[in-house]
Amino acid sequence: MNVYKFDEPGLAAWINKLLETVPVYCPAAKGEKCGTHPGWKKMTEVMLPGTGGPAGSSVKTFYFPQPEVLSTCSLKKNDDDGLLLKEPAPAAEKQVVFGVRPCDGRSVELNNLPYAEEKLFQQNRERTVLVGFSCSEPASTCFCQATGGSPYGTEGLDILISRQDDDFLVEILTDRGAEMAGEGLTPAPAAEITALEKLRAEATGSNENCDRLKNKDMAALYDAAFWNPLSESCLNCGVCTFLCPTCYCFDIQDEALHGKTRRIRYWDSCMFPLYTLHTTGHNPRGRKVQRVRNRFMHKLKNFPDRFGPLSCVGCGRCVVECPVNIDIREVVTDLLAVE
Amino acid sequence: MATINEKISEEIRAQARKLLEAKEVEAFLGYCQGSLPMTARPFVARTPEDTDKLVWNSFCVLNLANYLPALLKSLEPPRGPRDPAPEGPLPRAAILATGCWSRNIVIQIQENQVDRDRVVICGIASRGMVAQAKVKELFAGREILKVVEEDHKLLVSGKGFSEEINRWSVIRNNCLTCIHPDPVMFDVRIGEEGGQRKSDNRFADVEEIENKSAAQRRQWFEEEFASCIRCYACRNACPLCYCPTCFVDDAKPQWVGKSVDQVDTSIFHILRAYHCAGRCTDCGSCESVCPMGINMRILTKKLTSDVLNLYGSEAGLALDSPLPLTTFKQEDPQDFIITEQPADKGGE
Repeated sequence: MNVYKFDEPGLAAWINKLLETVPVYCPAAKGEKCGTHPGWKKMTEVMLPGTGGPAGSSVKTFYFPQPEVLSTCSLKKNDDDGLLLKEPAPAAEKQVVFGVRPCDGRSVELNNLPYAEEKLFQQNRERTVLVGFSCSEPASTCFCQATGGSPYGTEGLDILISRQDDDFLVEILTDRGAEMAGEGLTPAPAAEITALEKLRAEATGSNENCDRLKNKDMAALYDAAFWNPLSESCLNCGVCTFLCPTCYCFDIQDEALHGKTRRIRYWDSCMFPLYTLHTTGHNPRGRKVQRVRNRFMHKLKNFPDRFGPLSCVGCGRCVVECPVNIDIREVVTDLLAVE
Repeated sequence: MATINEKISEEIRAQARKLLEAKEVEAFLGYCQGSLPMTARPFVARTPEDTDKLVWNSFCVLNLANYLPALLKSLEPPRGPRDPAPEGPLPRAAILATGCWSRNIVIQIQENQVDRDRVVICGIASRGMVAQAKVKELFAGREILKVVEEDHKLLVSGKGFSEEINRWSVIRNNCLTCIHPDPVMFDVRIGEEGGQRKSDNRFADVEEIENKSAAQRRQWFEEEFASCIRCYACRNACPLCYCPTCFVDDAKPQWVGKSVDQVDTSIFHILRAYHCAGRCTDCGSCESVCPMGINMRILTKKLTSDVLNLYGSEAGLALDSPLPLTTFKQEDPQDFIITEQPADKGGE
């Protein structure tokens, strides 16, 4: 795909043109008031992200918006849709998410593994254009390379912008990206493209942790002694799961009001006791330690065993925001130490 | 020279070691060092060796009383739901407690969640805890890699910068208006006695919102809670929230919708706050743990102010103080009672 070069005013003009044509979202500051996508705001003026580190909230809100209506129905028999489940018209309006870091881009690819045949996720994927910004200086809590990612990674992104001194190299990665990019742009010189590719190759992380975990015995990891002290401080809140770009669990409910019903999907968290509560009243993960263990085992063992990569992109949000400082990097180390 | 908090940490370690070695307690609930700057990790020391990890600093923002009922339960010998309680005294635990934390322990004892005889309260006069968010805001756009704490200042550094800031300038809002920094009940005192603290008008932030028009208040409320992701960190960090099943988690019947729909989110926050009426000590855990920077604490603070004005009572100041919402007094305000004959139509 094509690579273009912009100076800062040129990039600003290009973004301004985008703002006129489609809704563009960008990261909001903590505490800043947002609309339907917490942590992201409608972009009204050009704001370029800093040198590294992810936005406060992940891009999953654009792929798993909540509440997401699965079907509607009227409870009045005589209505046209009386007692019939009707699917809403597919969401098709294009949206651009600007300032996405490579870790979040990669998360969309990873979520696509279990959601490959899921209609709504695919619809949202089709209509969402991710404009990434590479990280020249990742934050101290970033560990994308340890999960197989890269601060210059392109996976899942449609466009990736990389700072190059005072200029910007803009890589168009997909057809969706090409459509947004428009025409008449200045191609980047071949030498600069080669330099960027070299930088990317050098910065790409390894799958060593993932491979080593895959080779571990599931039962040994499950029985490891550290789960008890680790889970003791856990509050069992949903901060880690809801901020995590690769936590994709949901729950479904029917809501009824004034004779109309809707079936909605919304985020659920394996940290909540209700998540595994059976109709019988039995809860197979009724204790905190079981829930904490499950969350990490899913990301670091079960998902890799089933799909290949770790279900973690190393964005570090859970590390930063956990109210009791449970640090997944330490959990990886602890798991790797299990014989 | 050692700072105040270093001295306190040293005392905590010595005290914890003493209690565990003498087998007076089976667990000591405190804090250990976190993995990031400005973090401390709640930690249970169970052996004398564990106590070396205990620390005390200005970043111990989570109220440790939150863990107390579950910790005591975990120390009991396992038994089935219908088995009789074991004979003889049950194992005890020690806990660190500042002013507000100790008040929460008082409430837990009053509400029969904690047995006074099973707790050794190690009281520490709070010097106010630092709001991580305030520090980060001061250094917006720059990553903080190290924060060294001195008695009255913080040395904040990162790549290419190293600055000194005044500690009091970044103290949490709830600590700024706190008038009870000293523990109200303790078995062992750690550090020095805390002085009296005064606040000109500790409910100024509540009044600011009360003085708005109804429409403005509604707008404030909707905007403040719009970014809530329903992670329930505020609820789970709260030592008052010990119900086995919270009303938002109840499925049969379901009291409130589950999604981030604005109505559902509002119901959650309003009901959460009301469940804390007359019980909240304004410890600030809820506000400190919110990943979205929402100030839900203002709701419970409004109720604290209401309970104070209506019933003249503040939560958890003494074991024998009445619980305002379960105590009836003849002189309680009764404006809410609807009389058969409205007063202006010839009533008494």
